[in-house]
Amino acid sequence: MISILKSIFGTRAPTSASVAKDRLQLIIMQERSGQSNTPDFLPDLQRELLDVIVKYVKVDPSAIKVEMDRSDTVDSLLINIALPDVSANAVAPEAATV
Amino acid sequence: MQMQVKDATILSERDESSAPKRAASKQTTRIIVVTSGKGGVGKTTTSASFATGLAQAGHKTVVIDFDVGLRNLDLIMGCERRVVYDLVNVIQGEANVQQALIRDKHCENLYVLPASQTRDKDALSEEGVEKVLDALREMKFDYIVCDSPAGIERGAVMALTFADEAIIVTNPEVSSVRDSDRILGILQAKSRRAVDGRDPVKEHLLVTRYTPKRVEAGEMMSFKDVQDLLKIPMLGVIPESEIVLQASNQGIPAIHMAGTNVSEAYGDMVARFLGEERPLRFTAAEKAGFLQRLFGAKK
Repeated sequence: MISILKSIFGTRAPTSASVAKDRLQLIIMQERSGQSNTPDFLPDLQRELLDVIVKYVKVDPSAIKVEMDRSDTVDSLLINIALPDVSANAVAPEAATV
Repeated sequence: MQMQVKDATILSERDESSAPKRAASKQTTRIIVVTSGKGGVGKTTTSASFATGLAQAGHKTVVIDFDVGLRNLDLIMGCERRVVYDLVNVIQGEANVQQALIRDKHCENLYVLPASQTRDKDALSEEGVEKVLDALREMKFDYIVCDSPAGIERGAVMALTFADEAIIVTNPEVSSVRDSDRILGILQAKSRRAVDGRDPVKEHLLVTRYTPKRVEAGEMMSFKDVQDLLKIPMLGVIPESEIVLQASNQGIPAIHMAGTNVSEAYGDMVARFLGEERPLRFTAAEKAGFLQRLFGAKK
């Protein structure tokens, strides 16, 4: 059926039904594989990352943001850590010594 | 070139000067539950389009999926691939609200807070939900839209508990009207406003999946019949349309399907909610050129 449609419409944009099927295939596959749509390791990952980071830098626990984006071929995990405003802390002591 | 830059700065200055005024005139966050009792009447479709409409009107809006275990708002909003954390993660302290909010692709000012797919409804505690809503208030959201699950159990009750206003989504069909009446009873008994004896939750009726032709043929109750039965103010009538399926296929809220009846009807409904007076449209069967319009609207 899809092939008939494809042959009729040639290289046109995919139908909304085929977009729906593609979206569902991806999401259902992820959910069935137990690797659920909300990866359960993320909270732990975030906690452990934070533990490591605070050893070296003073950061606010809420300043770490984990983002995920999935496409057909690539899953990307973006971890964003806002470092504290170093300039404010660093300038003050220097000013005191001058 | 320079002129353009100049214009841009003037514009941004204007924006800044008008922004605080708007914030001052509207101090509070409004919480709106979209509910129905019955399933499949169009709650999630409505939540997605209503929240989008509010954001398009310039209001900072978040839409929350309360259907824990069966989340679907993310699919309707087209953000299912970007879910990292969900409502239950936030309630259980595994993430904060900012981390769980997903920024909408199409619309500035609009955020989605998805439901958990893996946990069950018991994860929604009243204190937990209140904490999340308070955090969103602190983030200065103008509107929090709560997409209720079907039924009258925990998820549905949690979605309506903190509501200031309620949109009752009803099909002109016997079981839907009865279930809507039931959910109105629950709203009047279990909402915080009712329990605390404050002003009651403001109720709005939205009749969806409406087919004027069948109403005129006497096969379907009219929106007036539904309103007579439920006795709450009318917010809008959304016509039955193929467009809703096309929109959900692609993960685009139906209000974005420009030039279609459904999109216009949702636009009217949002405008009325925001205080504008607009006549009800798409409630009479179109006679001449009906087919033309139908097929004209599709392409």
